[in-house]
Amino acid sequence: MATSRDDFVIAIRSAFIKKGNKQRFSLIGLILFSIFLIFLSRINFYAINYLKSGLNEVVYRISFIVSLPEKQISNSIIAINNHLNLYDEYNETKEELKILKGKNYNLNYLKSENDRLRRLIDEYIINSDELVAKVLLDKDSPFLKSLIVNKGSKDNLKIGMAVLDGPYLIGKIVEVNYATSRALLISDLNSKIPVILEPGDIQSIMSGTGKNFGKIQHFETEYNFSEKKLVYTSGAGGVFKSGIPIGEYIDNDKIKFFSDLSQLTFVKLVSFEKDEN
Amino acid sequence: MSIESKKTVFFKLLESAPLLLLFVSVLNEFDFNYLNYKYFSFNFPFILIYYWSLKRSESLGYGFIFIAGLFNDVVIGFPIGLSGLTYLIICGFAAYLRNITLHPNLVNDWLFFLFTILVATSINYFLLIIIFKVDVNYYDLTGNIFFTFLLYYIFSFIFEFYYNKVFKRKKND
Repeated sequence: MATSRDDFVIAIRSAFIKKGNKQRFSLIGLILFSIFLIFLSRINFYAINYLKSGLNEVVYRISFIVSLPEKQISNSIIAINNHLNLYDEYNETKEELKILKGKNYNLNYLKSENDRLRRLIDEYIINSDELVAKVLLDKDSPFLKSLIVNKGSKDNLKIGMAVLDGPYLIGKIVEVNYATSRALLISDLNSKIPVILEPGDIQSIMSGTGKNFGKIQHFETEYNFSEKKLVYTSGAGGVFKSGIPIGEYIDNDKIKFFSDLSQLTFVKLVSFEKDEN
Repeated sequence: MSIESKKTVFFKLLESAPLLLLFVSVLNEFDFNYLNYKYFSFNFPFILIYYWSLKRSESLGYGFIFIAGLFNDVVIGFPIGLSGLTYLIICGFAAYLRNITLHPNLVNDWLFFLFTILVATSINYFLLIIIFKVDVNYYDLTGNIFFTFLLYYIFSFIFEFYYNKVFKRKKND
């Protein structure tokens, strides 16, 4: 018994503590150093943030280049699927276009009327600054839904800016480096966005699920949804302006996003400010 | 450059292939997510690190594995040091198995791999969830562990073939 315990201890010591054959560093030394780095990351140590920012700049660029072949394969698969579904999508789009054309006639009139009425009741009008950025990396891992864009603090990018795909909200900026930034997608488990469901003026919080749909976290009261509901940002919390379209409410508190988050090439980065005039 | 020195450079490159593959895999994070199969994903660096730490630890080197971990943290947005710690734990387990094994056996290695990734992933996500307060989808995580475990068996044959062709041949030369 004692011998087998001795063997176990010797094997463990040899594996972790002894510097291995042709190894420059001891395993235990590097493990302790990793734990030290994690501890410094936890307390947001000044130097670690600089190290991280420097690493980000280099690694994002290399990763962009290294990812090109895989991106090419994934784009090819998507292109083949798109071709297979072309005819059905064409018919759907034709129908949708007919409906949208009808709605568009009223839109401009309603927008100007809305602005006029808002001024009348002294509510602020929101101005926005827009930047277009290229998606460098689209990390669709099961645990983190984020993307890296090629704009950073040198372009006056700030944490919290909204990331849009056309008119649709797809995420927000969570990390800004000098020339690159990371945006957390609305599908990420850690994304929580105050939303409003229209028609009905129902306020709620939408969270990501890690999948291609969102989930309504809770309603303050029970609702019975008999008609189609669209989901917009509510503007609560002051992070985003109200009324940015996100998706459509389907059953079981699920939200189908308007934007396909797996096929982003260029995105708009938008900050909103109150117009004082 | 003489033919002999060209050959040497070529063999050096072949010997460095596991290390190059490790860096490509952490930078690229290739796990076939774009196929969009529900719950299908796997952690290729785990397989690579475990296999090569077991068979030929000097092919990767602990220092490079640690740096690959830092790169992985940056790419997937984990706190700095977390993936490095996970990778090094896998190295430790592989080194332990190497020390206690007289006659290597694929099935034993495979089962010990399951134990290793369960421990390493548990430590990784324990730190992520408890210390960094990050939400994780446990179904995806279980799927990832399961497929990583299954695919080790397939990848070990590929790596074995490569090992026999490159490293054993060199020994014979």
